Amino acid sequence: MNNTRNQPSARKFWSWFMPVGRQAGSWAFALNRITAIGLTFYLFLHLGVLSLLAQGPGAYDDFLVLTENPFIKLGELAVVAAAILHGLNGIRIILTSFGVGVTRQKQLFYGFMLISVLVILIFTARMY
Amino acid sequence: MTEQWNITLRIYRQKENEAPHFDNFKMEVNPDEYVLDAVERAWAFHDRTICFRHACHHSTCGACGMRVNGVEKLTCITLIRDVTKNGATLKVEPLRNFPVVSDLAVDMGPFYRKMEAVGARPVLPVTEAEIENPPAKWDTDDAQYIRLSDCIECGLCISACPVMATTPEYLGPAPLAAAQDNGIKRKPELLSIVDCEDGVWRCHSVFECTAVCPSFVDPARRIMDLRKQVVGARVRKLFGKA
Repeated sequence: MNNTRNQPSARKFWSWFMPVGRQAGSWAFALNRITAIGLTFYLFLHLGVLSLLAQGPGAYDDFLVLTENPFIKLGELAVVAAAILHGLNGIRIILTSFGVGVTRQKQLFYGFMLISVLVILIFTARMY
Repeated sequence: MTEQWNITLRIYRQKENEAPHFDNFKMEVNPDEYVLDAVERAWAFHDRTICFRHACHHSTCGACGMRVNGVEKLTCITLIRDVTKNGATLKVEPLRNFPVVSDLAVDMGPFYRKMEAVGARPVLPVTEAEIENPPAKWDTDDAQYIRLSDCIECGLCISACPVMATTPEYLGPAPLAAAQDNGIKRKPELLSIVDCEDGVWRCHSVFECTAVCPSFVDPARRIMDLRKQVVGARVRKLFGKA
């Protein structure tokens, strides 16, 4: 048999993020993985920031000053956006996993993404 | 007068112990021909060493599944007009997630073994088939009539599934759909095959299997239904009604 290039392998995870020629379900799958990776990264960052409290109130207050930085604010908005996108897409997956709206999964995805965009816009307006 | 297009057919080539590459074949085609016709023409008039699988030419045997411009297609029913345009390239590759035997031909063995493990039925009584507009009530002697199963075992769903790409142990869409067709109640032994890490719970609801299926099996819907069957079996077991 020929080489293993065409065979399944855990190292082929990058193919999850190749939506070319794919449909809404693949975009939703890729989006959920990207937001999950982002939120996991944020979780560790968050725990790191909270650990500043162990160094006393001064250290934490010094960090809080940074949150007024526009780039940090943009990062916070990205966390909020990732949480909303991941959460609502997750609800779609829960519903379809147990037979609710399976034949309407594309419409469910578009609907939840529309809600996500609206909620993200509201958060953006409130943050800036 | 018959419409003629000039296309470049770009075929994936890989022989034993050789690095994979693409060969280009410039040809004139009728856009209302099928992709398989173009591949056959490349073989007949350009290069007799091109290896590919084909048999029935009418979407019944499931042999000619390939990736056409990156999307899984049954090439015997895919019109050239629908996948490229005049003057453009038509890229044909083997299905993903299968070992390549030679060029466009892949080894379907592992897939067929999974289908066998779940007892996939090539034919089934018409009374048990999912058909359009079934009668309100079947006559008792209708069960003697059989029909072919919808699944033609072409493997397109296996190739399109991103989870399959990273998890070779995963049963995959077609075998899980075949298990759903059998039903946990009818074949309780299926429970141990599908209710596991690489069974029905490995599916991540990407729905590409249903999108590429040329035979309207709708594997994604069947996998979701199989999950309900599995949960039902677990609940019955919990209350001692297994």
